[in-house]
Amino acid sequence: MAVPKIVGIETEFGIVARGGGESNPITASSVLINAYVQELVRTGQSARTAPRVGWDFEDEMPHVDARGTTPGDARPPEVETHLVNAVLTNGARYYVDHAHPECSTPECADAREVVVWDRAAEEILRRSMTAARDLLGPGEEILVHKNNSDGKGNSYGCHENYLLARDTPFGRIVRQITPFFVTRQVFAGAGKVGVEAPGLTAQEVPYQLSQRADFFEEEVGLETTLKRPIVNTRDEPHADAKQYRRLHVIIGDANMSEVATYLKVGTTAIVLAMIEDDELGIDLAPAVPIAALRQVSYDVGLTRPFELASGGTITALEAQWEYFERARKYAETRGLDAVGQEVGADVMARWEDVLTKLETDPAQAADVVDWVAKRRLLEGYRERHDLEWGDPRLAAIGLQYHDLRPERCLAERAGLQRLVDPDEVAHAVSNPPETTRAYFRGRCLQKWPDAIVAANWDSLVFDVGGDPLRRVPMMEPSRGTAEHVGTLIDECETAAELLSRLGS
Amino acid sequence: MAEREQKKKSAPQRDAETVEEVPAGSESGEKIKAELDDLLDEIDDVLEQNAEDFVKSYIQKGGE
Repeated sequence: MAVPKIVGIETEFGIVARGGGESNPITASSVLINAYVQELVRTGQSARTAPRVGWDFEDEMPHVDARGTTPGDARPPEVETHLVNAVLTNGARYYVDHAHPECSTPECADAREVVVWDRAAEEILRRSMTAARDLLGPGEEILVHKNNSDGKGNSYGCHENYLLARDTPFGRIVRQITPFFVTRQVFAGAGKVGVEAPGLTAQEVPYQLSQRADFFEEEVGLETTLKRPIVNTRDEPHADAKQYRRLHVIIGDANMSEVATYLKVGTTAIVLAMIEDDELGIDLAPAVPIAALRQVSYDVGLTRPFELASGGTITALEAQWEYFERARKYAETRGLDAVGQEVGADVMARWEDVLTKLETDPAQAADVVDWVAKRRLLEGYRERHDLEWGDPRLAAIGLQYHDLRPERCLAERAGLQRLVDPDEVAHAVSNPPETTRAYFRGRCLQKWPDAIVAANWDSLVFDVGGDPLRRVPMMEPSRGTAEHVGTLIDECETAAELLSRLGS
Repeated sequence: MAEREQKKKSAPQRDAETVEEVPAGSESGEKIKAELDDLLDEIDDVLEQNAEDFVKSYIQKGGE
């Protein structure tokens, strides 16, 4: 049986500091995050006296490879322990990663929750920009973009994480998910002006579906910053490793459209559940996956077929219909418990709808698919001002689609459908989902910030005075929910009482 | 693609959707065009003043 698809998204945001001379993105990211945390303290949303809760790196092991061996040429990602790192009361982690501010959503139980906490992450960045204004000199500002490329060959990620059963053979996951990752960009692509793959010009590829396709060079591997692979093999479950894997998906674009995020996460979760249950039963492996990935990204008409390893050809939309049909049968015979029945059924309906629209005329999907919505703005503007594709105003539109400043953001103006209520998002800025262990993390941070000295995905470390530090392990992502511990946390007055009642 | 044909037959709602398509030049078509025009006006207002400088100076470090 497929395990519940607990899922989260980690987004690295583009950052620009301007008006202050020489700018350093690491400093700017630190200023941004510190400004937010200080604002929480100032407004009483975080304890005045509490030192900021640090991230506990003890269990971080991003160099472990799911294939069981580490190839000699792979560079293990470094764990940066010295940069700003905050754990928030909504269960999220907000930190400086390389030269970007990064926000990891708390663990969510389904795709809809992911949308809520992903939007909350945007709101956190927006509030950070506002808070940072007070710390900067006159005329200085920090701008944040939710995108994945600067248009000059530099990319940064939006990673998804899905809980999988440990006993699912990794080779099967790679073989069966690769064609899905190559083709899901037809609805999950965020759109990009121009091309950044070596040897191609903007004349050849003026616009493409994906922000990221240009940066992928391998089919499978441990890397995330160089020679990026379609399937990442990082084997760091942040949970009981005997029972679980965490599939770390690095190929996605950061989406501005709520429905696109919902579809990206929802369909991937369903396909992974099918792979776990060995119910997929189709082999659509591309003959050359990297070539297929890019070809699909460059084909805005969605009609060019790519070659299959088994012979024959298929278009990205046809491949998606194949996955959809298998998912429909899976839903009928096995049910969609693993992804949540209600959300699963809604994802299926929207998946069919978006494929139908893209097949009829991609322009019909302009209210849900980012690359279509962005292209509509670009084509309209191009026509109005009679511009060539290389015009910087079009590149500026391509960037400003992702601008998180409300007064500048073009995605906000593009007529995208809303899926979740703004009040729900505002609540999620400071409160955790009730459905996963993030609830325990978030509630404890809200109630006893002075008593928690460190946190990470799978444990909290308490200092209740006198005794040695006490680590509470949270190796089961589906425990620690409101149902499990809500009443307990409500009833305990102190962290010491909580620890004593937990029996730890 | 035999699967596809089956699916099309079993999904009559798709035909219903097709009927609602907006003919060019109709009232709704005009409305959609007017909306896009308003949107393009707004882009002129909110687009960075010096797009060329903005795009040129937008440089990020690689991440992940």
